[in-house]
Amino acid sequence: MSETLALNRIPLEDYARLLGEGEIEELRALAKPLRGRSMEMINSTAVGGGVAEILTRLLPLAEELDLAMQWNVMTGGEDFFEVTKSFHNALHGAPYHASQRDFDIFLAYNERNRAKLPLDAEFVVIHDPQPAALIDARKAGSNHWVWRCHIDLSHPHRAVWDFLEKFVSRYDGAMFSSPEFSQQLPIPQYLFYPAIDPLSEKNQELDPEFIAEVLARYQIDPQRTILTQISRFDRLKDPVGVIRAYRIVKRYFDCQLVLAGGSASDDPEGAIVLKEVLREANNDPDIKVLELPAWAPLEVNALQRASTIVIQKSLREGFGLTVSEALWKKKPVVASAVGGIPIQIIHKHTGLLSHSVEGTAYQIRFLLSHPEIAVKLGENGHQHVKENFLITQKLKRYLTLFLSMARGS
Amino acid sequence: MINAETPFEFVTVSYLTRIGNQSAGTLAELLTGLEHCSDASIFHHTFQTLGSHHFLTEGFSNDFAQWVLADANRDDLAEQLAALDIRDYVSIAALRSDLCRVVGEYCKAFPHFAGQSALERFYFCESTEVTVPLGRSARTLDEFRDGIAHLSHAGFYFHFISSRLRLQLQTNDFSHWLAGGLGLATLADTVNRIDIYTNTLDSSRAKLLRLIDRERRKA
Repeated sequence: MSETLALNRIPLEDYARLLGEGEIEELRALAKPLRGRSMEMINSTAVGGGVAEILTRLLPLAEELDLAMQWNVMTGGEDFFEVTKSFHNALHGAPYHASQRDFDIFLAYNERNRAKLPLDAEFVVIHDPQPAALIDARKAGSNHWVWRCHIDLSHPHRAVWDFLEKFVSRYDGAMFSSPEFSQQLPIPQYLFYPAIDPLSEKNQELDPEFIAEVLARYQIDPQRTILTQISRFDRLKDPVGVIRAYRIVKRYFDCQLVLAGGSASDDPEGAIVLKEVLREANNDPDIKVLELPAWAPLEVNALQRASTIVIQKSLREGFGLTVSEALWKKKPVVASAVGGIPIQIIHKHTGLLSHSVEGTAYQIRFLLSHPEIAVKLGENGHQHVKENFLITQKLKRYLTLFLSMARGS
Repeated sequence: MINAETPFEFVTVSYLTRIGNQSAGTLAELLTGLEHCSDASIFHHTFQTLGSHHFLTEGFSNDFAQWVLADANRDDLAEQLAALDIRDYVSIAALRSDLCRVVGEYCKAFPHFAGQSALERFYFCESTEVTVPLGRSARTLDEFRDGIAHLSHAGFYFHFISSRLRLQLQTNDFSHWLAGGLGLATLADTVNRIDIYTNTLDSSRAKLLRLIDRERRKA
C-alpha cells in the first residue's frame, strides 16, 4: 500500500518572529496564484533520511499557506530497496555490477505503485531515483512533472545512470543540489538547495543549562576550546583525517576534539570505521568519540552550539547540511571544498575551505589566533543560511518553480 | 501632503537558478564562458548574487570575482572584477563587455596564468525571474514609507537594485517614483547614492527610511 502522510501544524507566525513579517508576506504573495492548484510530492520513505525530514517540515508550511500539497510514499519489498540501495551507491560512483534482474525489479515496483498512487496533481515532484519510473503514468501534456535528485551525481555509474536517464529526460525539469551534480539532459536543470528548519529540535535555541548538561554527560570541558565534527562514522567523512588535523592544532593550542555520529551498531561498515577512529584516537582523553542514539537532535544541537569551531572534513559530500546547521548557530566552520560545501562556505566570507589535513589544521589555527574573524565568519554564515538554506526558502523555490511552469517560462 | 497621480506598486521577486551548460576550469575558459553565456547568466552572477549575498559588505561583489579569488587564486584580477560597479550599467551587454575586457586583458598580459587550472570549476548558471504583486501601493510619502518598511529582502532588492536594468536608467524604482511621482528630485538623488556594496539590504533600507523621515519632517 502507498501511504499519504498527515503532519503536525507549524504556525507561520513562528517563522515570522525569526525571519521578519516581510518574508512571510512574500511567501503568501507567491502562494496566492497557486491556491486551489494541486501539488504532489512522492518519495520512498516516510521516516529517516534527509528527504523525509525535509518533507515533514515542508508540507505543514505549505498547508499554512492554504496550498493543496500532498505527500505520498511509494512502497516496495526488501528486494526493491536492496536494488535501489545498490543504485544509490552506484550513482555515487561505487562499483556495481548492473544486472537485468535488478532493472526488472525496479520497473516492477514502479509499475505497481503507478496503480496505487494518485499522480494526478497539476505539479508532481518525484524525489530521487526510486520512484523515477512513475513518469510512465503521465498523460501527455496533462500536468507538470519534475524530478528532484538529492544525491551526488558527479561521477555516476554509467549503466545505472543510462537506465535512469531514459525516465528523467521525460520530466519537465530536474533539480540538483549543486551544479557539479547536473548531467547532460534535454530538459531544464535547476539548482535546489536542501534546507534546515530553524524551529526543529536540531536547530532551535537551547537553554544554556541543557547545553552544560550535555557537555557534562560526555565529559567535555566547556572552559576549553572544543573542535567538533558531527557526521556518521564513514570513511568519506574522513574522521581519521580530522584526528590528524586536531593533532597538528594541538601542538599550538590546548583543545578537545568531539567526533559525534549515529550509532554504528547496525551498520557493519560504520563499525569498522569506528574501530579505525578509536585506534587513531589512541585513548587521547581529549578526543571524545560519541556514538549518539539513532536520532538525538537535541544533543547534536547542544554539541554544535558548545563548539568553538565546527569541522566538516569530508572527502566527498552530497550537500553537507551539517555545515548549514553549524552556520545557523553562528559557528565558524572549517570544511572541505567538496560537493555542496562550497555553496555554503564562501571562502573567507562565511567560513574557511580546506583541501587537506594540513590545510584543515592551518585554517583552525588561523581562527583560534583570530577570534574576531571567527565571530565575523559565524555571523555572515548565519545570514547566508537565513537567505538561502532555510525551509522557508526551500518552499519559496518550489512555489517559484510551479509559478514559472504554470506561466510557461 | 502631495498625492502622486500614479501610485507606486510594490512587488516582490523570486529567482529560480537554472544550471547552464558551460563551466570553466581556467581563466581562459572563464573568458570563453563570459563571451558566450546568456544575458540571464551574466545577470545571475552579478546583479542577482549581490542581492542574495547582500550581508557580505567586505570584498564580495560578484561570483566571477569570488571564483577568481578563491579558486583561481588571482587576487589582482579578482580585485579588478570586484571593482566593476553594477550601478554603472543599465544593460547586460555593457556589463558583459567590461567583464570580457578585464579578463581578456589579464589573460593577454599573463598568458601563463590563463591556462592554469583552478581548484574548483566555475559553473555558469542563470536566473529565471518570477514577480508577484504584493497588493500594496502608495500615493503619499507616508504610504511609501510604510510599504518600504514592510518589504522582504527580495522585494527591496527588486525595486532598489535590479530595477536599473528594467528602467534602463542609472536610478532605481524608489528614486524614479520619488522624482516623477512626488516631485522630490533631491531626495530621489540622495536615495540613489546609498552604497549597495558597503551596506546590507537592511542597512540600505534603514538609510532610505531615515532620508524619507527627514523629508516628512520638512512637510
